Amino acid sequence: MSTATLHEPHVHVDATGAKIAMWLFLFTELLLFGGLFLAYAVFRTYYPADFHYATTTLSVSIGALNTALLLTSSLTMVLSVAALERLNRRLSVILLGVTALLGILFLVNKYFEWSAKFHHGLYPGSQDLALHPDGEKVFYGLYFTMTGLHGVHVLVGVGVLAVILAMIARRPRRTVSVPIAAPTALALQGDSGPLWHQAADAQLDAVDVTLVYRENEAVAHRQLIKLENAGLYWHLVDVIWIFLFPLLYLIS
Amino acid sequence: MEKKELVPYGTYIMIWFGLLVLTGVTIIAASLHFGQWSIMTAIAIATVKGALVLFIFMNLKREERLFKIMLSLALITMTVIMVLTFADISFR
Repeated sequence: MSTATLHEPHVHVDATGAKIAMWLFLFTELLLFGGLFLAYAVFRTYYPADFHYATTTLSVSIGALNTALLLTSSLTMVLSVAALERLNRRLSVILLGVTALLGILFLVNKYFEWSAKFHHGLYPGSQDLALHPDGEKVFYGLYFTMTGLHGVHVLVGVGVLAVILAMIARRPRRTVSVPIAAPTALALQGDSGPLWHQAADAQLDAVDVTLVYRENEAVAHRQLIKLENAGLYWHLVDVIWIFLFPLLYLIS
Repeated sequence: MEKKELVPYGTYIMIWFGLLVLTGVTIIAASLHFGQWSIMTAIAIATVKGALVLFIFMNLKREERLFKIMLSLALITMTVIMVLTFADISFR
């Protein structure tokens, strides 16, 4: 009987390269929102009084609550990465789930906030808003565009986190195909004797062996870079909100 | 794979607490009506908060220098666009 030994192939992971690509993508996001911040700044200098008044109509408490939710989600996100770094897969998955949940709560809040505005006839193109001064129309236009685009980013972020969560939650496994010279008898040998045996089969030229790891550092590191990049995106969405909140809700 | 030193969980929790405190500060500052300084105060606090997220949560502090150079280029580009736009609309 011949014995085949399975080797874990060396998989090169270029974490720095993957992160550079992620940061480059984040810069395009920065410029996307940057354009809107620029529009906000320009129109604010054109209509200071209207912007001043319109800002006071937004609910500071809902905005503050959403700020707290996003900041906390950033904490659980970074803790999820820290947990996987320590090969604590379970804690990492739980924290990632909490992060996604906080993102969903943020969107629920946003739904109620927008509904209240719509209820008061304040939405782009509404007849009520048409009676307001030009500056207020521009303000609400920017408000809905900026928080809407940001909300879409939160939604996409939740989707990304869900995919990564499913990936980490699965136990790492790998299937390898071991070629054999037919006809060969197969036997699985345990510590205390044979576990399984199959008689020689002339048709068989390879067997697929699936390995399920209890824990594997190499697999964890491969998943870590994906988790970290998802985290970078999540934190950037948080950074954008950090600037949106005072500009839209507070400055008067 | 090179081994990086792990950041303790406590560090992240401290930063999160700091971010919440700064959020409170920015709300209180806005209610004090600093007049034309209120925008500057809010942007300054938001910049500190953003920097904390970028450097600690996004790990920029421990990243290679290349990442900091790249971020600087993106921010300089944004600043140039802002300054040029205001140079235009201020003197019309």
